[in-house]
Amino acid sequence: MTVETSVTPVRWEQAVIERIVPRTPRVTSVFLRTRLAPHVAGQHVDVRLTAPDGYQAQRSYSIASAPGTGLMELAIEQLDDGEVSPFFHDVARAGDTIEVRGPIGGHFVWRVEDGGPILLIAGGSGVVPLMAIVRGWSAAEPKTSVLLVYSARTWEELVFRDELLSIQAREADFTFIATTTRGARHRPEDLDRRLDRPLLHEILTRWGRSPREIYVCGSNVFVEAVTSSLVLEAVPPGLIRTERFGGKD
Amino acid sequence: MLAKGPTPSVDPAIWRFTIHDGSQLLAQWTWAQFETLPQTVWRGDIHCVTKWSKLDTTWSGVTIDDLFQSAGVTPPSAYLLAESHDDYDTNLPVADLLGGKAMIATRFAGAPLAAEHGGPARLLVPHLYFWKSAKWIKGLRFTARDEAGFWEQRGYHMYGDPWREQRYTNDP
Repeated sequence: MTVETSVTPVRWEQAVIERIVPRTPRVTSVFLRTRLAPHVAGQHVDVRLTAPDGYQAQRSYSIASAPGTGLMELAIEQLDDGEVSPFFHDVARAGDTIEVRGPIGGHFVWRVEDGGPILLIAGGSGVVPLMAIVRGWSAAEPKTSVLLVYSARTWEELVFRDELLSIQAREADFTFIATTTRGARHRPEDLDRRLDRPLLHEILTRWGRSPREIYVCGSNVFVEAVTSSLVLEAVPPGLIRTERFGGKD
Repeated sequence: MLAKGPTPSVDPAIWRFTIHDGSQLLAQWTWAQFETLPQTVWRGDIHCVTKWSKLDTTWSGVTIDDLFQSAGVTPPSAYLLAESHDDYDTNLPVADLLGGKAMIATRFAGAPLAAEHGGPARLLVPHLYFWKSAKWIKGLRFTARDEAGFWEQRGYHMYGDPWREQRYTNDP
């Protein structure tokens, strides 16, 4: 495994919001112009907001944009009791300046030289760092296969849905399977159940490849359920990388 | 939260806890032997690097002081790596584990520690960021120098003091 040691201080930098684009009723993309170092697909940045009275709030957000693209895209889910996410949904405007630092993370990352086949499993807004991998993979014109299994409540809540559909139409090696837990499935290949072990077995059998690089991202409960199923399906635990949201340990 | 991969399933029947100095084995315990060591209860707050804290938690287990004393181990160096069953490791100064500041915890809120919280046994170092409190711990290994562990090699801070917000490499 390649290990990148970070040797420079992770400094706070100003970033300008260039565009704000609602993706779903609960997720909004924020496009930033930053002077941060180039990122690797899967990494995140820390965002810091400062109120007029000096109070500061800070959160980590995964980067959705592919490495090497101009603006940095963060896709931010609105949390009802959030300190930071409501700002991006209700207050922020193009031209505003915020503070960011990073990019951060050297484990939940994919580089072109890592190859594949790549298995990506997302729950809800856990799709964000996986989108950077899909976009980075697509831009690199690789010779390896990718399967994205993406669980959301409904078809309307699939972030990046139309882009994923168009990548699938364009790239023979990209398979996108949506599974919706509270709404009907939309295409014949989609599913409408929770991602349990039998469902994962069915999906992996249908795909027919042995994944070499596996990334699972979502809530802790989601990641726990998916990874334990994968291990029971004889996927080597050492191939599985996880990123878990939520404040439980 | 930080966890690099799937939750490992660790069977107490084959669980061992070891202390090494580099490659040399200094002490080891089976689960049954470990359970006979002096038990200490710790109550207080814990802090995760991803910006959450959990207040007023209760843990019990074996302090590192009691562990070293039971084994007759005098620390041969000032640093060690805490090593886990999922090939995770994290580096700590030995001084941060002594004086009642750290334990190998086997119970949380009075119940056996669940696998997803690091059970059957995890390190508990509540005064540092929680990635230092290695889940699924299998041993401690003294190192001559302060050697970076898993996250420390990947951009996280070598020490991880939450009060100084030492999250990432070279945070002051």
